[in-house]
Amino acid sequence: MTTKLFGEPVRRREDARLIIGKGRYLDDIGHNALAAAFVRSPHAHARITAIDTDGALDVEGLVAIYTYEDLHGPMAEPLPVLIPHPQLHHPRTGYPLANGIVNHVGEPIVMVVATDRYIAEDAAERILVSYEELPVVVGVDAAREAANWVHEDVPTNVAAHHHQETGDVEAALAGSTRTMSFTQYIERSACTPMEGKGVHARWDADDSSLRVYTSTQASTSVRAAIAAKLELSLDKVEVIAPDVGGGFGVKIVHPWPEELLIPLAAIALGAEVKWTEDRREHFISSAHERQQRQEITVGYDDDGRISALDVHIWHDNGAYTPYGIIVPIVTATQLVGPYVIPTYRVRVESVYTNTVIVTPYRGAGRPQGCYAMERTMDRIADELDLDRAVVRERNLIQADQFPYDHHLTFQDGRPVIYDSGDYVGLMDKLKVLVGWPEASRLRDEAAARGKLLGVGMAMYVEGTGPGPYEGGHVQVLGSGKVLVSTGLTSQGQGHETAFAQIVASELGVPIEDIEVTTGDTRRFGYAVGTFASRAAVMSGNAIALAARGVKEKALRIAADVLEVDPGDLEIDEGLVQVKGTPGASIPLRTVAVLSNPLRYAFDEAAKQATQFAGPADDSKPPVAVGDAPGLEHVDYYSPIRSTFASGAHAAIVEIDPATWEIEIVKYAVVHDCGNVVNPMIVEGQVHGGVAQGVGGALYERMAYDSDGQLQNASFMDFLMPYASEIPDVVIDHQETPSPLNPLGIKGAGEAGVIPGTAAIASAIEDAVGRRISSMPISPTELYDLMRNDDSELTAAHARRSGTGAMA
Amino acid sequence: MSTDTERTITLTVNGVPREATVPVRRLLSDALRHDLGLTGTHVGCEHGVCGACTVLVDGDPVRSCLMLAVQVHGHEVTTVEGLAHSDHQGGQVLHPVQEAFRECHALQCGFCTPGFLMTIAAGLEARDNSAELTEEEVDDMVGGNLCRCTGYANIKKAVHHAAEAMK
Amino acid sequence: MKPAPFRYADPGTLDEVLTVLSSEGEGAKVLAGGQSLLPLLSMRLAAPATLVDINRVPGLDTVEATGDGVTVGALVRHNALLHDDAAARVQPLLARATANVAHPAIRNRGTTVGSIAHADPSGEMTSVLALTDGSVTVATPSGVETIGWRDLFVGPLETSIHGPAVVTSAYFPALPARSGTAFAEAARRKGDYAVCGGGVVVTLDADGRVAAVRAAYISVGLTPEVHDLTDAVVGQPADSADWAAAGELARTLVDPDTDLHASADYRRLLVGVLTERTLAEAAAEALGGMA
Repeated sequence: MTTKLFGEPVRRREDARLIIGKGRYLDDIGHNALAAAFVRSPHAHARITAIDTDGALDVEGLVAIYTYEDLHGPMAEPLPVLIPHPQLHHPRTGYPLANGIVNHVGEPIVMVVATDRYIAEDAAERILVSYEELPVVVGVDAAREAANWVHEDVPTNVAAHHHQETGDVEAALAGSTRTMSFTQYIERSACTPMEGKGVHARWDADDSSLRVYTSTQASTSVRAAIAAKLELSLDKVEVIAPDVGGGFGVKIVHPWPEELLIPLAAIALGAEVKWTEDRREHFISSAHERQQRQEITVGYDDDGRISALDVHIWHDNGAYTPYGIIVPIVTATQLVGPYVIPTYRVRVESVYTNTVIVTPYRGAGRPQGCYAMERTMDRIADELDLDRAVVRERNLIQADQFPYDHHLTFQDGRPVIYDSGDYVGLMDKLKVLVGWPEASRLRDEAAARGKLLGVGMAMYVEGTGPGPYEGGHVQVLGSGKVLVSTGLTSQGQGHETAFAQIVASELGVPIEDIEVTTGDTRRFGYAVGTFASRAAVMSGNAIALAARGVKEKALRIAADVLEVDPGDLEIDEGLVQVKGTPGASIPLRTVAVLSNPLRYAFDEAAKQATQFAGPADDSKPPVAVGDAPGLEHVDYYSPIRSTFASGAHAAIVEIDPATWEIEIVKYAVVHDCGNVVNPMIVEGQVHGGVAQGVGGALYERMAYDSDGQLQNASFMDFLMPYASEIPDVVIDHQETPSPLNPLGIKGAGEAGVIPGTAAIASAIEDAVGRRISSMPISPTELYDLMRNDDSELTAAHARRSGTGAMA
Repeated sequence: MSTDTERTITLTVNGVPREATVPVRRLLSDALRHDLGLTGTHVGCEHGVCGACTVLVDGDPVRSCLMLAVQVHGHEVTTVEGLAHSDHQGGQVLHPVQEAFRECHALQCGFCTPGFLMTIAAGLEARDNSAELTEEEVDDMVGGNLCRCTGYANIKKAVHHAAEAMK
Repeated sequence: MKPAPFRYADPGTLDEVLTVLSSEGEGAKVLAGGQSLLPLLSMRLAAPATLVDINRVPGLDTVEATGDGVTVGALVRHNALLHDDAAARVQPLLARATANVAHPAIRNRGTTVGSIAHADPSGEMTSVLALTDGSVTVATPSGVETIGWRDLFVGPLETSIHGPAVVTSAYFPALPARSGTAFAEAARRKGDYAVCGGGVVVTLDADGRVAAVRAAYISVGLTPEVHDLTDAVVGQPADSADWAAAGELARTLVDPDTDLHASADYRRLLVGVLTERTLAEAAAEALGGMA
């Protein structure tokens, strides 16, 4: 079949507009719109004592000023807790505009609307807010000590206590040959898409309807939130995600205050209103992730086999918990990775701090879990003088153990049962790809050049494609055009291309005839959103099912016309034909026309269809009971549970022992996301994820001072890597299909970022012979570690010293 | 000489004479996007670090967020919309670097892409393309722009691909 | 992040520039390349009442290289200086340092003299002015004056120039005979402001022994600083001098601060390492020049 495009590196369809400057991102919409700007809190924790707007009133071009006093009904209530959880015993959320208290720098207090953004900022600058400052809690340790409280009614700062266990861990530890305990830290970074957030709203007073464009990962849910909060009928609200300049998680949170306030202003003012988040706003008022303190105790035997694992995590959730405790649950449940952990207990205290909220950033808790597990493996290997690969291999789940049940409950409330995988295969491939057996020789060669070389590795298993569902709609028009839509949104993952490939393959039509729309509630009203590496799994399968529905109907109609059995028909290149019988065929577009009994001869397709139209059967209604006019089908895919993708990374670093500058000289990835729709796109996802992993390991952090001021809220000081900082990446693939869904696919979006911190920490530790227990790490910190007599030496260091190793 | 708060500027954008009346504080990036309707130039940081807003002024790549619109009065500006040229039959011929970006999957969300295209196009056009492209040259062309999606590997690949096409 | 309102003028002559600066008073600010100023405006960390754009003033965009030194006009862009071979022959530190200034798109617009007038202690060109014992020429309504680098830099982002005045050029004296130079930086990301960096000049005697060693550093003090390291290595053969000792000496002479990207101690470490490495490179160049 010539149209079989599933699995091919098809060039992306979205690129055609994006490379000529014809993309349509949020700020490209509504050039006549009024502009909003916000007065945001300069304090991390304070009581607002007065808001004086007088100074702004004579700014020419000012249109409106809103404070909490202007919010009524549901808008005056706290923002929703999107994902409540019984263990989230003290959920707290902010208000669209601060109601008396601010809990982090950047929290919105006043919205100003003006004729343009410059003027809105002029007015905002002249609004005076008075504060009574309150004690500030910054960092997970300060929150844990609870000398001060973020929320006065949460005296321990603990928002949630999450707890899972698979057996009596204390007994299992007591019965273990060996045990070891340690504490380690991982710091904050953030999604930092190149395009910040943004909202444009337009109220049609004649129609009493609202159209909202927002740079979101969840347009259907934003729509529902707006309807509820602004007390509008759902059918009067449409929400569209236009081209979105990257998301990585931050845009799955909803409703952002601005997603409610901009529509509110548009309705109140009867005008188009737009807010485009600037870079500073994005740093101080969107979301961050990743800070955890991890207290780990592991029991194991002399061969390095783990018998018990007990993990206690302190997770910084920032000032509020609008997104529930998804991130810490993901850490808790994905931590176990590809390993058999006979007895596992995890306890997480999710704590408030006076900092920007913590919500999923690509990986969403997995990088932290991987860091905990993989660094544990490294420590066991070090203690026992075993190869780090060998210790991992001894603990891997074997190919004949699938489906493998960890007896844990995942973030979607479903069991953590691995559907399929070949972790031994990953490890074998990784060792070859990175040249693991050569490490010792490479170390010696580097030493001869005056450099410290180290290798490190990390493996992960990633729950992808969680439910509850996504839907797809496929419609064939009389023109031959095939319209495909799904409610799930896109932020650069190439969904238009991947979904078109799926439809082309399922339906047998040329890909050029397919048009894909995502994230537009006018086209598809039910959706969950783009997160957790779920787009291809969820919408991909839903669209495949919808296409199969269309195909079934097309064959049925065509069979009638051609007077054959539907089972004898196939569709190829948009032509329905009898298998093996050239000439006996009907174009799919003609079938589309025939599918509707009402067909005015508006166009050639309709005229041509008349030649196929058989005599009407007067004994039956024109549209049969249970049938519908049109060649289209809607279907949904709702999985029993998540699929589990997997992978293994290795890094080789070289360190200059004079300056302690760290260079990654090789980075190897073995990746398994089941069947691959488009290998070019999957590889691109891996590249991008690895770059974020490198950023998170060596460059990026959110540097809060003790007053809760984010000191590096700019691209000058938040060190997102340029090309010069990202190593070349070598990739090998493994495809272990998922038995859970029709296409056999698993998600690929987040994988690349997950093991970066763990693998790079391992490599640095290997190079310098000192324990790395806090990440990220910069040259100045490595220097501090190396000259600190109290920093822990690795056992490998002791074994190697005297044999040419340095440090 | 008097000072102004607003000015009418004339300039050539993508070969076309344009005029706009702008407050003197208007950034070139905003003037291109909002006064001249050329939204292909993107704004990623407004402090000159990310490079998404890179355009050519008199042929040289510059950050359009680090210039005032009034400063390009009488000058020639090229934006991503001007990178392809007309085939005189109603279609357009893409610049080799645009072709290369598509061929090499050098973009994902596409937000940083216009800035990369401009700096790379200028870099490749300024060099003798019969000579072998060095990694150092590639670094110079892509090294000052941030991308959060691609990890840069395919962007660098696209520079080589385009250079090959321009030989 | 949009600039606060200001008035704007772009005079066509230097006299007009000075007239506007005089009439606008304290709130006026000169705009040349704008690569440091515009971010400050957009973040509203600076809000001058008037910007006086000198880009239309003729005659300020030239580089003049003579046997004595290089004069760089106020509108010479970093990239122009980077590629000026005549200037590089007279004072090789110019191109070597300029290559470390940010990224090409910034160098296309930013001016060397502007970055000196901005007096950022992490700016490459401030350190080169200091290392070469350079000066700037300043036009004021009462005439033209020359200010040596020691008198120019008062503090971070602060010079001794006040009132209506425009720096019209910077002068970098030529490299002494039998000298070599090097410039190096450690930056977190390539193109970032250096965590530590600097340039060195090594001058030899006729026998190829070290006669003088000077080094200038950036990002280690409030203003660019120059240190004479001659004592550590004077008289030693250039191909085997104890450059590490010079690095050690340098470490004792600097007093850096801690910031987000590096501790004071780490900066001091880098001063030592970069000094040792650049001196060896510069000495090799000086020797090569004598061969």
